[in-house]
Amino acid sequence: MRAAPAILSIVALVALAALPSLLTQYQITLVLPALAYAIALLGFNLLFGYTGLLSFGHALFVSIGAYGTAVLTSKLGLKSFEAILLLCAVASVAVAIPIALLSVRYVKIFFGILTLAFGMLFHSFLFKFYNITGGDTGIRVLRPTLLGRAYEDLDKTAFLVGPFYYYCVVLLAILGFVMWRLVHSPFGLHLVATRENRRKSEYLGVRVRFFRLIAFAVSAFYCAVGGAILAVNTGQADPELAYWTHSGELVFMTVLGGFANFFGPVVGAFSFIFLKSELMGLTQYWRFWLGAILVILVVLFPRGLAGLFAQLWARLHRSTPT
Amino acid sequence: MTALLDILIGGVFHAAVLFLVAAGLQLVFGVQKIVNLACGSFYALGAYFGITAVSWCLAHGMPPGLFLPVLVVAGLAIGLIGPFIEALLLTVYHRDEAFQLLLTFALVLMFQDILRFFWGADPQQLGDLVMTYGRVKMGAVQVPTYNLLVIVASIAIAVGLGAFLKKTRYGRILRATAENREMSLALGVNVRWMYASVFTLGTILGTVGGALVVPTAAASLDMPVELVVEAFAVVVIGGLGSMRGAMVGALIVGLMRAAAISWYSELEMLAIYLVVIVVLIARPGGLFGKPLE
Repeated sequence: MRAAPAILSIVALVALAALPSLLTQYQITLVLPALAYAIALLGFNLLFGYTGLLSFGHALFVSIGAYGTAVLTSKLGLKSFEAILLLCAVASVAVAIPIALLSVRYVKIFFGILTLAFGMLFHSFLFKFYNITGGDTGIRVLRPTLLGRAYEDLDKTAFLVGPFYYYCVVLLAILGFVMWRLVHSPFGLHLVATRENRRKSEYLGVRVRFFRLIAFAVSAFYCAVGGAILAVNTGQADPELAYWTHSGELVFMTVLGGFANFFGPVVGAFSFIFLKSELMGLTQYWRFWLGAILVILVVLFPRGLAGLFAQLWARLHRSTPT
Repeated sequence: MTALLDILIGGVFHAAVLFLVAAGLQLVFGVQKIVNLACGSFYALGAYFGITAVSWCLAHGMPPGLFLPVLVVAGLAIGLIGPFIEALLLTVYHRDEAFQLLLTFALVLMFQDILRFFWGADPQQLGDLVMTYGRVKMGAVQVPTYNLLVIVASIAIAVGLGAFLKKTRYGRILRATAENREMSLALGVNVRWMYASVFTLGTILGTVGGALVVPTAAASLDMPVELVVEAFAVVVIGGLGSMRGAMVGALIVGLMRAAAISWYSELEMLAIYLVVIVVLIARPGGLFGKPLE
């Protein structure tokens, strides 16, 4: 059974790689944000699912990735996407550390409110300081180069659904693997221990705040990478990305997928994007239905889709004697 | 001097409305330990419903001067959705805070479209009805009488609420339940009824706040999500669960916002969040809250 996650991941990655030949270009442009959110949420869930700290301000780090990409490509002329990702992630971690230092003293609702306040602080900076950030219109994002290649022969959509898509799939694979190792390392076990019982883990010598801080920084890193991909996909970084409702959506996606499962956030990202685009096609009141789904989820299926699958899987195995 | 007086009156007016919403938030948090993200949605609901009620009454021959009582009644009436929402929250009382927060976030999403469905996407307002009460000259500035009435009404509600919580039997039971739920349950308090009634009271404070503000500002779909962060700022500065905290917090946020808008508008919300962060760092429990851990 220990091989199951590896097999599952490989099947999923092969499926992702095969998607462009199965779906239309438009559908692939919907898969791209799902990839971006999958990466961001893998990091977010290290803090939420594994460490037990619910942030209502992580849109801040997504927007750092997006605005970082925008500033680097259109203001500073840096085109290499590898360099952009690295710089954005480092900037995000640099912002995350002081915020984390202040926030990880708290748990539960206070942690949520404090992170929300920091997120909104950044939003009002983006929104009000028109000269630096472009105010409500934001900043344009220019096309970056991937591994030094500019793909000038491709138009915007062809670039996004072609090389950029595969680039993001590989990125998800790498970052997903790193996260898998991280949560199954002693470090990950420490985090779970602090979540389950803070006092006891302190007695056992776990430096609770330090571990929370690291988890916070890692989540900021992943969110910034996700934000950078989002920005390239939409070609624009705007302040809505930093608004608290966007942070709420991040939590929504994670719970939709199931925060108790490693793959939950990835499932959540894909199903949320799919759900949202389907609902938006059906009705202009898609927010209402999203909210209704969230209510049902919270009340009836708190373990999310991944939890549901796991349950079905277990039932299936019990009923078939082997 | 004139500018200062303007800021003072504008700030106190905003604080008066903020206090109502924040007081609702505090009541619900105090008793049910739930932070209600949807408090802004109740506020917006009150605002929209207030507009509809007043317009309907005006169309049926009501003298314009009576719009204030109509607004109050409208706010009270629509606040009666409280028990239905509370029935939904019933499912998460014993669950993790993440689920409680998410459920109220779901309500925010749903109300966003409920408002859009009934009142459309365009901002709505009551025109210059507010001028039917005239203006009051205060030194060098002229203030609409209505704004002063709202300030007075809010103070009256604050005093009434304080006396209600301190002096009445219901208030004592409410505070006891907030202090120790299990013990009150053991002593025979009907906690179920307590929760439903407190939540409804909180909802009504929000909807009345929204209804009262609407003659001076347009009701829009951004209202709920914008107000909720201000109300959060108020309760965090004042201390979660404290009524005195809500009052002081509302004054701080209201005055700071008014000052920032007239001096350096870029700082508007930025200044408020900075105060929130400073308070949380210096006094984690807020100015009047209980210290944490």
